[in-house]
Amino acid sequence: MISNTFNPTEFARILQDFPILNREVHPGVPLVYLDSAATSQKPVSVIQTMDEYYRQNNANIHRGIHVLAEEATAQYEGARVKVCRFINARSEREIIFARNTTEAINLVAYSWARANLKAGDLVILTEMEHHSNLVPWQILAAEREIRLEFIPVMDDGNLDLDVYRQLLTQEPRLVSFMHMSNVLGTINPAKEIIRLAHSAGALALVDGAQSVPHFKVDVQDLDADFMAFSAHKMLGPTGIGVLYGKESILDAMPPFLGGGDMIKKVMLRSFSANSLPHKFEAGTPAIAEGIGLGAAVDYLTQIGMDRIAAYEHELTSYAMDRLAEVNGLTVIGPQAAQRGGVTAFTLAEIHPHDVSQLLDRDGLAVRAGHHCAMPLHQRFNLPATTRASFYLYNSRADIDRLVSALERVKELFG
Amino acid sequence: MDDLYREIIIERYKEPHYRGELDPHDITFEDENPLCGDHIRIDLRVDEQGNITEAGFSGHGCAISQASADLLLESIIGKSLEQVKGLGKQDILDLLGIELGPVRLKCALLSLKVLKAGVYGMGEASDALVED
Repeated sequence: MISNTFNPTEFARILQDFPILNREVHPGVPLVYLDSAATSQKPVSVIQTMDEYYRQNNANIHRGIHVLAEEATAQYEGARVKVCRFINARSEREIIFARNTTEAINLVAYSWARANLKAGDLVILTEMEHHSNLVPWQILAAEREIRLEFIPVMDDGNLDLDVYRQLLTQEPRLVSFMHMSNVLGTINPAKEIIRLAHSAGALALVDGAQSVPHFKVDVQDLDADFMAFSAHKMLGPTGIGVLYGKESILDAMPPFLGGGDMIKKVMLRSFSANSLPHKFEAGTPAIAEGIGLGAAVDYLTQIGMDRIAAYEHELTSYAMDRLAEVNGLTVIGPQAAQRGGVTAFTLAEIHPHDVSQLLDRDGLAVRAGHHCAMPLHQRFNLPATTRASFYLYNSRADIDRLVSALERVKELFG
Repeated sequence: MDDLYREIIIERYKEPHYRGELDPHDITFEDENPLCGDHIRIDLRVDEQGNITEAGFSGHGCAISQASADLLLESIIGKSLEQVKGLGKQDILDLLGIELGPVRLKCALLSLKVLKAGVYGMGEASDALVED
């Protein structure tokens, strides 16, 4: 049995949609791609959509009064509508295109936080954050004497919500946290974290980089004030990401970057800002990439986010069981039931760089290092881990190959 | 199995000859590879003529970084500090006897970077120290 979710025909069709998965990485050694938490592979539909845009429609958007400009604008803004529906935002004015998750979080740190936070104000983060949700706040803290507090990660890989409740009594202004950990795989109880933040009078920013690609995320149901995510982890191209924000909050924020497209009117010494979402999109954006993101959303929607989540859950449970069979291997983070398709592990005393290098010899693409979460690794007293992460195009056979290859690594290091 | 993990690399990783801190020492320096968190410290003892008499490394890292540190220290015993200043990337690759891609090259060159920064008495190790 391959899966309860995808029948063999459907899974074969999915595999065909990702041509890169057919290549060999060494002579006679086919690729097994287990690094989707870093970036996903792209289906033919995304590649063709972007190719077609450059062959047929390429023009700058929003200003031109010619056919190409109108087509390009319609496609780019059409992608925004697709993203809006995908995360169930109220309006496409709430969908700001940025370069990636990192830039989207920085936008909030530079625009909202600098306009609203003063010395002594508290921002709550967590110990499991990616550097992209730590460093912007550290820069702000140094500049404005903002206080930072962190929700601890417990040994089981979950956040300590009791400590969170205590921190909330200090009247935080913002709670910024990741929906799903890119290392532990932990899926945080975002709705509850946001509800508690609001009851303490704080806004909530959700880093959705690992969640939006892998399961249904509804910003209205979560009641998130901001959410950031990247196209390239959800089958789309690099160079484009999204900041979702509630319209009333975005409306009240000052612009982020200044330049073309973000203005209504410019005089020599002053300007007035454009309306949402353009107010936050200075300069020519990543047009083809935005359109590519739209195609990625179409692809995910067609298969169904609930089915993708169910499939990845099956796969992750299988992976956790198989990895547990490898002597000396320790997966960090929660049980399969509480995690998404990410497994970071240590293998005896063997350095993760050596593990991943040797896995590469067997065609397996995994990641080694701290995965942009150094404080989390310090929390677990680990200099680094090896991480295998899954997406809809992976199979049990991939995990079997991973486990066999890990056994060979152990033999070599004896 | 493959060239990258030649027997000598695995051997030196498992049983290094020059592992340990030297106390007292004449020269010490440490640094890390921010990409992977590998950390290496090198201690040297030097005689009056400026020749290296003893060397030891400590820290943690992958097999490539640890084995290259061990082989590097072995190669500099009896050499002068001036000779050490002349070492470059190719010398490390010759010691290891393998070719390396850009990411693993950083692992292999960390020990040379630390050694040369110590010998030059620099405050900070620079990548320029290990370019040929």
